Amino acid sequence: MKTYKRPRSPHLQIYRMPLAAGLMSITHRATGVFLFLGTLVLAYWLMMLAQGAEAYEQTILWSGLKSFIGLLVLFGLTISLFYHLFNGIRHLFWDAGLGFSLKSSKISAYLVLFATFFCAICIWALFA
Amino acid sequence: MAEFTLPPHSVVKKGKQVNKVEGKNVKQFKIYRWDPETGANPRIDIYEIDLDKCGPMVLDALIKIKNEIDPTLTFRRSCREGVCGSCAMNIDGTNTLACTKTIAEIKGAVKVYPLPHMDVIKDLIPDLTHFYEQYASIKPWLVTDTTQPPDREMLQSKKDRSKLDGLYECILCACCSTSCPSYWWNSERYLGPSVLLQAYRWIVDSRDENTGERLDQLEDSFRLYRCHTIMNCTNTCPKHLNPAKNISEIKKLLIERQ
Repeated sequence: MKTYKRPRSPHLQIYRMPLAAGLMSITHRATGVFLFLGTLVLAYWLMMLAQGAEAYEQTILWSGLKSFIGLLVLFGLTISLFYHLFNGIRHLFWDAGLGFSLKSSKISAYLVLFATFFCAICIWALFA
Repeated sequence: MAEFTLPPHSVVKKGKQVNKVEGKNVKQFKIYRWDPETGANPRIDIYEIDLDKCGPMVLDALIKIKNEIDPTLTFRRSCREGVCGSCAMNIDGTNTLACTKTIAEIKGAVKVYPLPHMDVIKDLIPDLTHFYEQYASIKPWLVTDTTQPPDREMLQSKKDRSKLDGLYECILCACCSTSCPSYWWNSERYLGPSVLLQAYRWIVDSRDENTGERLDQLEDSFRLYRCHTIMNCTNTCPKHLNPAKNISEIKKLLIERQ
């Protein structure tokens, strides 16, 4: 009998990721990457700032950041920062062997999400 | 590098509606099919079942389909009561045992796939060879240096025995390992939640005298540390065990002995 190459069964395409597990995990990684890119922007912003007011206002970055999309990116960075921070603390508890039950991991997931949005909105309400 | 999409020969195509049923309580089953004799791409075939004439579990429906509608449908099953682990598959987006999953808890059509990110032998049967080889690699038996008395068993205190609770119940159905994205991308080198739970089972066994070597074997950036505490394993385990917690216990033991 001729044998054909076995197919790989579907995975990401069909798996229903649980929020408090797979989804929170991939978000942690995505926010980490986003923060890395955001740090480059922050470094550039500080360099321009060090050049004095005139140079600063002429940079594309300044007008870019004030635009709607720019503000959206900044808000996304704020969210990412708090998410990565709080979910990082969640991971520290796990590394200590705590909070592994299904119930605890769900509660901690909701706590992380609540704290993330609460802090991000507070920061923007205070400083923006 | 992880491959997030399916290779061309694995892309699932539309199949056919095999039968139609009249009745008040009809449920659709959308089932992954692959025939090794034609080599055509996998497809989704649709079956209809009158639930009034079928047992309550997904496995009951699969057996009914095989017996009465389409004998070519292929799947593993044995005990039909959640102790053998043969009928592990992806049902309604989650890995579980078809024999303990009720049809009633699934909204809409019942989607049935083989365990994710595995080579498919036929229909719902994945190739578990590599999974079992990984299991064998952790030496799933008692290893002793001292000579054991020939006239009695190796005794264990009740306290030591209780350390195996939540571990000995594992039936190696591979639901957890194949729910783990880290295992999807690195199964060649990462042992996966199921095998690591088993590894822990022998590490904490008071009768085993090979703990140090077992830990040496696991101290590896891939074999153990590809676990990033994603927690899909614990969420999907049909026996309600906690592989993620057991893996973290191994990591703690490795830190404690430093």
